[in-house]
Amino acid sequence: MAHDTTFADAHSEHEHHELPTVFGFWVYLMTDCIIFGSLFAVFAVLHNQFNGGPTGKELFELSGLAMETALLLISSITYGFGMIAAHKGEIKSVMMWLAVTFLLGLGFVFLELKEFAHMIAEGAGPDRSAFLSAFFTLVSTHGLHVSCGLIWIVTLIVQLAGTTAISERMMNKLTMLSLFWHFLDIVWICVFTYVYLASMI
Amino acid sequence: MLGRLSFADIPVDVPILVGTFLGVAIIGITVLGLITYYGKWGYLWKEWFTSVDHKRLAIMYVVVGLLALARGFADAIMMRTQLALAYAGNPGYLPPHHYDQIFSAHGTIMIFFMAMVIMTALFNLIVPLQIGARDVAFPFLNNLSFWMTTVAFALINLSLFVGEFSQCGWLAYPPLSETQFSPGVGVDYYIWAVQLSGVGTLLTGVNFFVTIVKMRAPGMTWMKLPVFCWTALCACVLIMVAFPVLTVAVALLGLDRYFGMHFFTNDGGGNQMLYLDLIWAWGHPEVYILIIPAFGVFSEVVPTFSEKPLFGYATMVYATCAIMVLSFLVWVHHFFTMGAGADVNAFFGIMTMVISIPTGVKLFNWMFTMYKGRVEFHATMYWAIGFMITFSIGGMTGVMMAIPAADFVLHNSLFLIAHFHNVIIGGVYFGYVCGMNFWAPKALGFKFNEAWGKRAFWCWFVGFYVAFMPLYVLGFDGMTRRMNHYDNPAWYPWMLVAEVGAVLIFFGIACQLIQIYVSIRDRNLAENVDVTGDPWNARSLEWSTSSPPPPYNFAIIPHIHELDAFMHDKENGIDTRHAGGPYEPIHMPKNTAAGFFIGAFSFVLGFAAIWYIWWLAAIALVGVFATVIARSANHDVDYYIPAEEVARIENEHSRKLMAQAAE
Repeated sequence: MAHDTTFADAHSEHEHHELPTVFGFWVYLMTDCIIFGSLFAVFAVLHNQFNGGPTGKELFELSGLAMETALLLISSITYGFGMIAAHKGEIKSVMMWLAVTFLLGLGFVFLELKEFAHMIAEGAGPDRSAFLSAFFTLVSTHGLHVSCGLIWIVTLIVQLAGTTAISERMMNKLTMLSLFWHFLDIVWICVFTYVYLASMI
Repeated sequence: MLGRLSFADIPVDVPILVGTFLGVAIIGITVLGLITYYGKWGYLWKEWFTSVDHKRLAIMYVVVGLLALARGFADAIMMRTQLALAYAGNPGYLPPHHYDQIFSAHGTIMIFFMAMVIMTALFNLIVPLQIGARDVAFPFLNNLSFWMTTVAFALINLSLFVGEFSQCGWLAYPPLSETQFSPGVGVDYYIWAVQLSGVGTLLTGVNFFVTIVKMRAPGMTWMKLPVFCWTALCACVLIMVAFPVLTVAVALLGLDRYFGMHFFTNDGGGNQMLYLDLIWAWGHPEVYILIIPAFGVFSEVVPTFSEKPLFGYATMVYATCAIMVLSFLVWVHHFFTMGAGADVNAFFGIMTMVISIPTGVKLFNWMFTMYKGRVEFHATMYWAIGFMITFSIGGMTGVMMAIPAADFVLHNSLFLIAHFHNVIIGGVYFGYVCGMNFWAPKALGFKFNEAWGKRAFWCWFVGFYVAFMPLYVLGFDGMTRRMNHYDNPAWYPWMLVAEVGAVLIFFGIACQLIQIYVSIRDRNLAENVDVTGDPWNARSLEWSTSSPPPPYNFAIIPHIHELDAFMHDKENGIDTRHAGGPYEPIHMPKNTAAGFFIGAFSFVLGFAAIWYIWWLAAIALVGVFATVIARSANHDVDYYIPAEEVARIENEHSRKLMAQAAE
C-alpha cells in the first residue's frame, strides 16, 4: 500500500491541505437531518387527517416495533465494535462486525417491509389518507436510508477484503459510515417515540 | 415499452416550437460539427468535462448560465409581446395552454438555471482564490454538482420538444399541480428538473461551506476573510438549511402524483397550505441565497474602483449574517392573503421590514466607500451604481408589500411582478454581471471590452425601468399576474411601454454577447491582456496570482496578517507570491469522468420517470449507484505536480511581471 502511505504523509506535511472529508460528511448529514425534520413537521400537521380510515392506534403493533428497534440499536453497538477493531487495525474483525451489522440492518428492513405489506394488505396503504401518506413517507425515508447504508456496508466489506492494512482513506470511509449509521439510529428513536408511541396514547 | 411516451407527444402542430426546434437543431449541429471538424472532442473531454479544477468549472457554469439567460429571456419577451397584442378581443398569438408553460418555464429557468448557476460560477472562480486555497474541499463533488445542474437544465429544455412543461407557475402550487388538474407530464418535468438541480446545489453548498471553514490560508481569521467569501459562506448556510426543505416539498408533490398520496390533494385530508409553507420556507431564503453573493460582489468592486478600503467591514459582515438569520423569519409574507390571521401576518410583516435595516447598512457602507474615494467610472462600476439606485427602489416597494393591509391590495398583481424583478434584475443580475466583468480577466487572462460593457449597461438599465415601471402602475390599476389576455383599455398603453422595455433589454443582452465576442477577438491586444494578474490594482488574494491562475492557484500558500492582505503587501513592498521559492511538489486531484456519468444516468432516470418508462428508470438508477461505488473503489484520484514544473510556471510568470515593470 505504498500509495496510501504517500497519501497519508502528504497530509501530515501540509497541514492546511488536509482533506476535511469527515467534517464535510457531517455537514451533509445535518442537511439530511433537515429533510427528516421537514418530514416530521409534515407528519405533525397531517397526523390527525385519517379521512375516515384507520388511525395509528388501530394499526401499529408494538411487539414488532420493539423487535425492529432492538435490531437497529444493537446494530449501532456492533458497528461501534467494528470501529474499535478498525482503530486496532484488525481487518478480519472489522469485516466480521460489519457483516453482523449488515445482518441486523437487513433484519430491520425486512421487519419494516413486512409491517408495510401487512398494512397495505389491510387497505391502509399510503394512498388511503393524508395521515398514512405522511406515515409511510417518513418511515420509508428512514428505511431507504438504512437500505443505502446496507449497500454501503457491503461495498466497504468488499473493499476491505484482501487488504492488509487500513488506509487513511478507508478509515475515513468507515468513520463516515459510522456517523451515518448512528445518525439513522437517532432518527429512528424520534420516529419510534413521535410516530409510533405518541399515536398509541 | 415506452410508458406514456408516443409520437403524439412531439408538438409538430405548434409552429413556434417547430421553428425553435429547427433553430436549436441547426445551431447544435453546427457547433457539434465544428468541434468534430477541429478535432476538439478529446480536448473538451479531458480538459473541461472531466475537469475538477474550480476555475474551469466556473467557466462552464457561466456558459450554462448564459444559455439559460437566453432561454429565459426568450420566454420573457414572448410574454410581453403576447400582452402587447392580446387586448380587446384579440387572442394574441399564444393560447393559454402555451402561455402558461412559458411563464412557468421563465421563472423556473431564471431562478434555478440562470441566477443560481452564475452565482455558483462566481463561487467557483473566486472563493478558493480569495482564501488562498488550491482547490475546493471536494473537487470531484464540485464536478458532479456541475453535471447535475447541467442535466437538469437539459431536461427542462427537452420539455419544449418532447411533451410539455408545467403550466402551474414557477412554484407549482397544488392543487393545480396535482394529477387531478395537471394530468400531463409538465409538472413531472418540473419536479425532476428541480430535484436534480437541487442535488447539485446542495452539494455546492456543502462543498463551499467546508472549503471556507476548513481551507483558509494560515492566518486568515474570520475577520480577515474577504466580504465576498463571507457572503458566499452565508449563502451556503442558507442553501444547506433551505434546499432540503425544497427537496421535501417537491418530493411530496411527486408522491401525490406518482403514488396517489394525499399530502396536498383536495380529498383524503390533504393540506395545500402545508405546501405553501414548505415551498416558501425554502423560497424566501432562496432569494437571499441569490442576493447575498451579489452584495459580496459589490463589496469587492466598489472599494477597488474607489481606491479605498471598504467602509465598515465589520458592519458589513454583521449585516450579512443578520440577513442570513432573518431570511428564515419572513416566509409568510408570500401569502398574507391566505388566512394566517392578523397576529401571524403582523409578526411576519414586521420581520420583513426589519430585514431592510441590515440591507440599508450595506447600502450606506458602499456609498461611504465611494465618498471621498477616487471613483473610476469603469463599466464594472456602472453596474454597481445602477444597482444601488435600482435596488433601493425595489427594496422600498418590498417594504410596502410587507404591510399586510397593503398586500391584500397588491398580492398577485403586476405590482408584485414589478417588485421582484426590481430586486432580482436590479440586485442579483446587475451584481452577477458586475462580478463577471470584474473577474473576467482572472478567469480568462484578458479584460472585457469596456465600451460594449457600458452599452450593455445602459440598455439594461433604461430597459429595466421602461419594462417594469409600467407594471407598478398596472398593479395599482388591478391587473393580475399570469393573465393571458384582457379587455381593460386603461392597461393597453402601459403594456405597450413594457414591450418597448423588453426590446431594450434584448439589446442589452445582445450588447453583452457582442462584448464577449469582441473581448475574445481582441484578447491579445496589449491593452486587454492581463499580464500582471492584477489589472484593477485590487485588494484581495485572487489578484496576487497570475491570470488565469495555474492549476494549483498558489505555488506557495500565503500567510495572512491583514484584512485586504494583497493590498497590504503591495503597499509595503512584500512579494505575496514568494517568487523564487523554494517550491515543493504540489498535491492535486485528478480529473474524473464519474461526475459526468452520474449526471448522464440521472438525466436518463429523470426522463424515464417522467414518461413512466420504468425499466429504463431502473437501469439508470443502477447506473448511478454503480458509478458511485466504482468511484469509491478508485484509488487513482490524485497526483503531484513536481517542484521543477511549479518553478518553471512561476518563473515564467515572474519574467512576464518584470517585462511589464520594465516598460
